Amino acid sequence: MNTAEKPAAGLLKLTPELKAFIAEWKSKPGNLIMVLHRVQQNFGYIPREVAFEVADLLDIPLAKIYGVITFYNFFKLKKPGRNQIQVCMGTACYLKGGEDIIQELEGILGVGLNTVTPDGEFSVEAVRCVGCCGLAPVMVLNGEVFGKVKTEDLRGIIAKTKRG
Amino acid sequence: MAYKQYILVCGGTACESNQGIALFAALKKAVEENGLVNDVQVVRTGCLGFCEKGPIVKILPQDTFYVEVKPEDAEVIVKEHLVKGRVVSRLLYDKNQSKRNVGIEGIDFYQKQFRIVLRNCGVIDPDKIDEYIARDGYKALEKALFEMKPRDVIDEISKSGLRGRGGAGFPTGKKWEFAAVQPAGQKYMVCNADEGDPGAYMDRSTLEGDPHSILEAMTIAGYAIGADTGFIYIRAEYPLAIQRLETAIKQAREYGLLGKNILGSDFSFDIEIRLGAGAFVCGEETALLASIEGNRGMPSPRPPFPAVKGLWGRPTVINNVETLANIPVILLKGNLWFSKIGTASSKGTKVFALTGKINNSGLIEVPMGTTLREIIFDIGGGIRDGKAFKAAQTGGPSGGMIPPQFLDTPIDYENLSKIGSIMGSGGLIVMDEDDCIPDVTKFYLDFTVDESCGKCAPCRIGGRKLLNYLARICNGEGALEDIDQMLAISEAMSRASLCGLGQTASNPVQSSLRYFMDEYKEHIVDKKCRAGKCKNLLSYNINTEKCVGCTACARVCPVNAIAGERKQPHVIDAAKCIKCGQCFEVCKFNAVNRS
Repeated sequence: MNTAEKPAAGLLKLTPELKAFIAEWKSKPGNLIMVLHRVQQNFGYIPREVAFEVADLLDIPLAKIYGVITFYNFFKLKKPGRNQIQVCMGTACYLKGGEDIIQELEGILGVGLNTVTPDGEFSVEAVRCVGCCGLAPVMVLNGEVFGKVKTEDLRGIIAKTKRG
Repeated sequence: MAYKQYILVCGGTACESNQGIALFAALKKAVEENGLVNDVQVVRTGCLGFCEKGPIVKILPQDTFYVEVKPEDAEVIVKEHLVKGRVVSRLLYDKNQSKRNVGIEGIDFYQKQFRIVLRNCGVIDPDKIDEYIARDGYKALEKALFEMKPRDVIDEISKSGLRGRGGAGFPTGKKWEFAAVQPAGQKYMVCNADEGDPGAYMDRSTLEGDPHSILEAMTIAGYAIGADTGFIYIRAEYPLAIQRLETAIKQAREYGLLGKNILGSDFSFDIEIRLGAGAFVCGEETALLASIEGNRGMPSPRPPFPAVKGLWGRPTVINNVETLANIPVILLKGNLWFSKIGTASSKGTKVFALTGKINNSGLIEVPMGTTLREIIFDIGGGIRDGKAFKAAQTGGPSGGMIPPQFLDTPIDYENLSKIGSIMGSGGLIVMDEDDCIPDVTKFYLDFTVDESCGKCAPCRIGGRKLLNYLARICNGEGALEDIDQMLAISEAMSRASLCGLGQTASNPVQSSLRYFMDEYKEHIVDKKCRAGKCKNLLSYNINTEKCVGCTACARVCPVNAIAGERKQPHVIDAAKCIKCGQCFEVCKFNAVNRS
């Protein structure tokens, strides 16, 4: 790896816990995806400078790490909003108006999908089936599932989250 | 200590996310406050299936079945039902049920269902291994290890006729045999819990409701094929299922049911969890293995099949969650019992996630050979709002649309493939007259194009071309020649693609063209969308005779395209109109026409 590309100090770094996790998994084959999950759990996404560190510690080329990150929908390269909204676009939710939910949210927040609001508060993404089809249409806000959501409920939900 | 009564609270995802967690806490508190902690146990179970009416609470031994229970109902359930023995009729499914008929026997949703896979879901506390053991859990493993040779186990499964529930329906016994006859050495047993089909949550509910049944089945499979290591490959999007599996694995190790010398025998087996990361193609066997190895989940050509050369080049059996959940029952009850259920070619039951425009959404398990009509109209309670049934899709984006004329076809692997669909993993989406067939087909293609890994050209290019044609048709820019092109591309994709994803991606196109050609032609020739979904084909205008000038439409219009004085008929400016349909929805006088 070209060391000149390494980012300057003062940026995000692996925590001691993450380093211990990587040490524990280093000898296990097929460890990369499990390590990336743990990194994303910690930072909310996979920061570039941390990917460099992971490459060093696991002794895997950076290109392979980015190959894996960009292949899977779950891994994020950009920092998401402080409040994360996922709108389900599984088939049941699509039929019951998942698209309308996305449009309304885009209108309320003033940003498109996969973009963070300028104040860093919210980001909205469309996701595959979250497995609550009985509650369609479904959206998830910071891990909490909202079932049978109506477009007119959204302003209230967002306002409440902002205050809280 | 035996309790006198039990309160079972559904801990499935739909119920839990619908205030079910608060309800559980409120019930526990109410039991404590009324001094019943020694007599009544509150249990959080797996999914009871009737997601539409959640959260569900069941009281044992009376078998009372309460629906749509709110946390504030906890107090009355405890005070009235448990203390005074009076059923709270307002929480029953049928509020007028007689006092003797308060359980599931009065609910159509549960009639015609037959539970093998979901036998413990909604009955036991999934976090307690003792409750699984009390219901004959790990008895099949004990029988396999001490009374059967690996060969006998495979024979039993082969004779039962069990076929893979992940979609393709390959005989499970045969798969095991392929791996078993490979030379001894490192072999692997993998559970495919990467349920990526949008609109399906069978595996999630099984794992959340009965995790030990999967661990037991994997251990039995490991014994049969000679593997000492198992992996469960599960979606990261299912945190509750992962957590329950982790707890279950820990408990099984403590009880000597996983690890070295299981139950004192000379067989050793252990299980690890590997997380998926949101790639639909990883449900395909070879792509799944690549992902467990830590790589991009790209499929590779078969043969060699994983049973010969799988994980890290070693013989590997990959079974789906639902397939595995059948295994312990087959060993305990025998292949004869199992093979009596179902049809000539498809034995046992199938779990479906019944969703879409149906009255009773939920998780159901029916014997193979049940008809769509029974599922949709008897169990599902028919179509929402009295609308007309248009089509049902099985197999998700890899399946086909089934039109009304096949409602009475018994569902099994062969029949579904004859009518242009597949069994798939168990998603069953119901569409009504308001759903536009080309639009839904476009939705599925959008999904498969997005999820195509791009390795082989037929899938990568063919899918994109199909999607372009569908988008044109939905925009009113299609031509009749497009249909021939779509058929030709579909054919090429199903014959030449590398893996199951590409081979089946054109199924929605082929089946919808076969059964709903008139809807395509309407879009192309008449520039009309009868379901009112394709915006470019719609126009809105106001019937001046019906309009009373209430201004509701003008106020709701986001682009100010509606003009008119109060109490005077309003007019829509077609040039400004973006066809969002909000005026149509808001008008109380049916004065807005959509055509």
